[in-house]
Amino acid sequence: MSTLIEGLFNGISIGSVLLIAALGLAIVFGLMGVINLAHGELMMLGAYSTFVVQNIFKSFGDPWFDFYIIVAIPVAFIVSAVVGLILERGAIRFLYGRPLETLLATWGVSLILQQFVRSVNWLLMISLGIFSLLFFGGIQVVKKRADWERIKSKTLTLLIFLSTGIAIAFYSLLSKNSVLTKAWFSARNVDVTAPKWLRGGTTALGFQTPYVRLFIIALTILCLIGVYWFLQRSTWGLKIRAVTQNRTMSSCLGIPTAKVDALTFALGSGLAGIAGCAVSLLGSVGPNTGQNYIVDTFMVVVVGGVGNLLGTVLAALGIGILNYLVGSGTLALFLTSFSAPQSLIDFFLFFATSSMAKVMVFALIITFLQIKPAGLFPQKGRTAEL
Amino acid sequence: MSNETGVQIKQRKRRNKLIEIGVIIASVIILAVILPSIIPAFRLRLIGRFLSLAIVALGIDLIWGYTGLLSLGHGIFFALGGYALAMNLKLQTTGGELPDFFTLYGVKELPWVWQPFNSFPFTIIALIIIPGIVAGLIGYLVFRNRIKGVYFSILTQAALLVFFNFFNGQQEIINGTNGLKTDTEKIFDIVVSSPGVQRTFYIITVICLVLIYLLCRWLTSGRFGRILKAIRDDETRVRFSGYDPTGYKVLVFAISGAIAGIAGALYTVQTGIITPSIMKVAFSIEMVIWVAVGGRGTLIGAIIGTLLVRLAQTFLSESFPEIWLFFQGALFLIVVTVLPDGIIGWWTNYGWFKLRSLFGQNQVVTYPSLEQDPGVQQEKDQI
Repeated sequence: MSTLIEGLFNGISIGSVLLIAALGLAIVFGLMGVINLAHGELMMLGAYSTFVVQNIFKSFGDPWFDFYIIVAIPVAFIVSAVVGLILERGAIRFLYGRPLETLLATWGVSLILQQFVRSVNWLLMISLGIFSLLFFGGIQVVKKRADWERIKSKTLTLLIFLSTGIAIAFYSLLSKNSVLTKAWFSARNVDVTAPKWLRGGTTALGFQTPYVRLFIIALTILCLIGVYWFLQRSTWGLKIRAVTQNRTMSSCLGIPTAKVDALTFALGSGLAGIAGCAVSLLGSVGPNTGQNYIVDTFMVVVVGGVGNLLGTVLAALGIGILNYLVGSGTLALFLTSFSAPQSLIDFFLFFATSSMAKVMVFALIITFLQIKPAGLFPQKGRTAEL
Repeated sequence: MSNETGVQIKQRKRRNKLIEIGVIIASVIILAVILPSIIPAFRLRLIGRFLSLAIVALGIDLIWGYTGLLSLGHGIFFALGGYALAMNLKLQTTGGELPDFFTLYGVKELPWVWQPFNSFPFTIIALIIIPGIVAGLIGYLVFRNRIKGVYFSILTQAALLVFFNFFNGQQEIINGTNGLKTDTEKIFDIVVSSPGVQRTFYIITVICLVLIYLLCRWLTSGRFGRILKAIRDDETRVRFSGYDPTGYKVLVFAISGAIAGIAGALYTVQTGIITPSIMKVAFSIEMVIWVAVGGRGTLIGAIIGTLLVRLAQTFLSESFPEIWLFFQGALFLIVVTVLPDGIIGWWTNYGWFKLRSLFGQNQVVTYPSLEQDPGVQQEKDQI
């Protein structure tokens, strides 16, 4: 029996990682209908900002280092939220109502972010700064002209080409300078060491429970409460829910829908940052870290149903527990102790590796969708979709 | 255009058809006869790979461009076709005996999955039918519940990951991560990587591309094609008109999967190896961008897009390896925001008129009465 409880705990701990990763995705997808394939990369950015904060605190000395994680979480949130905000303003806001296009666009962004982390250096940052200075400064200057609307598209094309050209020329001019072109992170994985009070574990429940796992579960619960409070109790949460229900009507009643969209997307991205911070405690992080989570988290959202936090929670925990019980062979072991038929045990033993467990979980998800196509808690209301 | 008579419209259609047939025959001659004699063998192999990828792109265009189903899982069908042919080649080399990699995992007997692939005709049928059946099954389970749009895309992506895990994990059956090598194997007692065999595969690829192009052409014109487009534009309305979209969607998805299977088999023998990494998530999304760059909803666009993007990739990753991902990411963004109809769409909507006006042919179309207005004429002269 204790093996089963241990299995359940481990499953919940996997599920909580899934949940914290899927939470932001569920908000963005559920409330805005946007498929954000760059979500995993936003997590990766959160993990890298945790790494940077850790290195800064390391230079402060010992007593400070123990508390870096408290600073790292808000920093990760802000970094990812800002990148998400830029992404929303720069690309996604032109694509609302066309979910397949957003899917492709965010995939492009995720590729760019992956390569960005690999090759970011001071020179690249300075060139980016020059580009934005020229481009946005240029727009501000030309905007003052009276015939702005007429020359808009031509000016924009010209400005893009000019400022990209100048930035690239600047980059290639200085690319011999080895101080400036030293990559910040390079393509190798980086390691985040947990502070002293998170290392080790307790055996209070009769089996080994690492503190890091408990910390992540606690962090997930905190995030959930925070998101619930924000959506249900704050003014902006009310506005977000209003826009979700009826965009046109909310706009007529004076709710700034564009601002609401930007805020929702930034919130979802920020949560990805916190998830990245949590993930960085579990193992080393690299530019490809985000890719490992993206499909699993989308499965959580699909099973949970759109626009319902409870559905997301149940789906994440369910998938996590199932994945662990099948993958670790706990279920097969459990069946053996009950002297179940040998064929059944063999069947579960066949799936008792982490990759084969995914095969089984996917088959179960497809079966589940045959019964409830719109997830655990489908949206109610009249639609034309019959 | 508007005052054409019925006879003239017929004549114009026949003329367009003749032009199209001419273009197809000309490109076949260039690709299959002229190119092999002027290009070195390894470059020809590269082009053969591109052309087999263009075949998958045709399949994706059929379901995405015409039916509006964005599949992110075509790597599955591509890999199934590739594995089917690779298994047959392995068995041909050993003459039906156990291929040597099995001894690494202590397997004594040929697994039952391998048994039928002893026969070459079965393999050829299987590499078309198996991906088709798998696609049809996935499609049926998903479309039956009216799951569509992005949910379909996400589920195909998950299915891709599942197949990837399965092929990676099952070392005793299909050699896991190491994949199956085809370069050193023999087909009809000749080594696959020898120039003659490679050249034959190249010519088969060209023929397959043309045949599949014609198949897609036939499918998308006529009643079937019109229903596909109707499903893309308004599925609910199609259902209200008395059609059942599920059957059509399942059928077209299965056809697309079968096309991907053929392409996978051709790609594998011209690459020399098939591994589960062909089922990476990134590769399947890349297939979509080839279609998007060329122009979805135009079959020729799918082919042109594939060739352009792959050529750019070969060039860029040879000379500036770290720029390629930036470039690819930017390509996704640009195609979605600026060029939603792709190169072909841009050309037919905009570029063609621009070119014609450059050469001073029919500038602006206005009302005929306006053209004859003396006041307007006078203004034109003054300008």
